Amino acid sequence: MTSLYEEVTQVPDGVPTRRVTITVNGQKRTVDVEPRLLLAHLIRQGLKLTGTHTGCDTTNCGACTVLFDGRPIKSCTMLAVQADGHKVETVEGMGTASELHPIQEGFKEEHGLQCGFCTPGMMLAAKALLEKNPNPTEDEVRWALSGNLCRCTGYQNIVKAVLWAADKMRDQQA
Amino acid sequence: MYPSRFEYDAPKTLEEAIAILDRSGGEAKVLAGGQSLVPMLKLRFASPERIVDINGIPGLNHVRVDADGTLRIGALVRHEDMENSALLEKSYPTLAGAASLVADPIVRTRGTFVGSVCHADPQGDWAATMIALGGRIVAQGPNGRREIDMRSFVLGPFVTALAFNEIAVEAVIPGAKGTARGGYLKLERRVGDFATASVAVYLDMSGATVNRAGCALAGVGGRTIDANDAISVLNGKQLTDENIAAAAEAVADAADPRTDHRGSADYKRHIVKTFVTRILTGIARTEQKAA
Ligand SMILES: Cc1cc2nc3c(=O)[nH]c(=O)nc-3n(C[C@H](O)[C@H](O)[C@H](O)COP(=O)(O)OP(=O)(O)OC[C@H]3O[C@@H](n4cnc5c(N)ncnc54)[C@H](O)[C@@H]3O)c2cc1C
Ligand code: FES
Ligand code: FES
Repeated sequence: MTSLYEEVTQVPDGVPTRRVTITVNGQKRTVDVEPRLLLAHLIRQGLKLTGTHTGCDTTNCGACTVLFDGRPIKSCTMLAVQADGHKVETVEGMGTASELHPIQEGFKEEHGLQCGFCTPGMMLAAKALLEKNPNPTEDEVRWALSGNLCRCTGYQNIVKAVLWAADKMRDQQA
Repeated sequence: MYPSRFEYDAPKTLEEAIAILDRSGGEAKVLAGGQSLVPMLKLRFASPERIVDINGIPGLNHVRVDADGTLRIGALVRHEDMENSALLEKSYPTLAGAASLVADPIVRTRGTFVGSVCHADPQGDWAATMIALGGRIVAQGPNGRREIDMRSFVLGPFVTALAFNEIAVEAVIPGAKGTARGGYLKLERRVGDFATASVAVYLDMSGATVNRAGCALAGVGGRTIDANDAISVLNGKQLTDENIAAAAEAVADAADPRTDHRGSADYKRHIVKTFVTRILTGIARTEQKAA
């Protein structure tokens, strides 16, 4: 069976593609894409960065959230060609298994995930929040994450995780 | 579903973008925030031959006020720019009130004010604010610019007065003679949902007297409901309990809700009445405190 991505990337002769250069997690990546390829699929299947999930594919769940020039976007709702010349950050850019980002540590410490499907999107939305507002209230955290759905945790521990990370990041700054 | 094939252009100037639209003879679509268009492409509700991405065109992300008080909102001003604008917070309560209620915080980083008005969704929040505020859309085409009054901009659900070779470059909102007051209330089932019912109210006031009242509704009709005539019972009057009740009644009558999964028609009409009362009473209280 061919995947959606293969269908869209095995471009028949005569169908125009575009060469785009995107800085993904600090690294320049140059690829040829059909204009209709979605950024989420370029990231997952093309660049093999499968930390970015696609849950609903209808712009509702936020599992596909990545940072686009530092702001959170739903990558299932952007064309890969639109990212030409821009910076994209995915969960793979946040930290490594041995050196977690404070937000990742927070999710671990506060049990902010169960199945983990929503987690990458949650963490990137949280990162965007903390970059603008290093000392958010609980309400502000809930508000910032309200475009991301979680079907497991009931959100309580996700909010705690982000507040934990905010504390740690402020301590590191101090 | 996956979008069907299209060609893609990312022009660097408005003139270039308009020339591409013109050459495509109606087979091209403008891409702004993409938060309605990309989902429509995926569902194949739209299958244009060409996408003209305007995100790389400079000079379209301004929110500014002219010397005569006219507010101008460029085509690339995102929902979140509206939400974060100190200017709107201070002087445009109708817009500030709606800004954080449009979609969800992540959709708001991309979706644009003008794109939302162009999408002409009967449940769209910004079109309602534009009608209440007496706004106009500045359209640019091969023959230059023209201004289209919001009351004649939306022709029906998802249909506007824009020609195929025109781009909406800016939204224009006239300044108040006196002080601008107003508000926006929306009932949604959860964050990111479209309106079960929402109400945009605008008052241009001199002291305690209303010079002009404006109102429009989303979610309670086959199109954005223009309730300016209904709320005009307040023109030249003060915000007494009696006048507020009459206005709320008149606006609720103007709604044309249908029973659906979001609620019954009666329920939605009731919400409209409650919201109008709530916004107007809030303004009356602030006026009393100031006096
Ligand atoms: C999950 C979700 C929830 C949402 N909830 C709400 C909500 O509660 N309330 C609400 O109001 N909206 C909601 N929306 C829609 C959102 O506000 C969109 O951003 C908006 O409707 C379209 O703006 P855009 O800039 O994304 O336009 P696009 O998607 O880029 O374009 C929409 C249409 O307008 C045309 N267009 C756009 N800009 C121009 C222009 N400058 N000149 C000419 N034509 C143009 C396009 O060709 C297209 O036909 C929601 C969307 C999603 C995905
Ligand atoms: S997969 Fe993109 S929002 Fe759900
Ligand atoms: S942890 Fe399972 S969806 Fe959030």
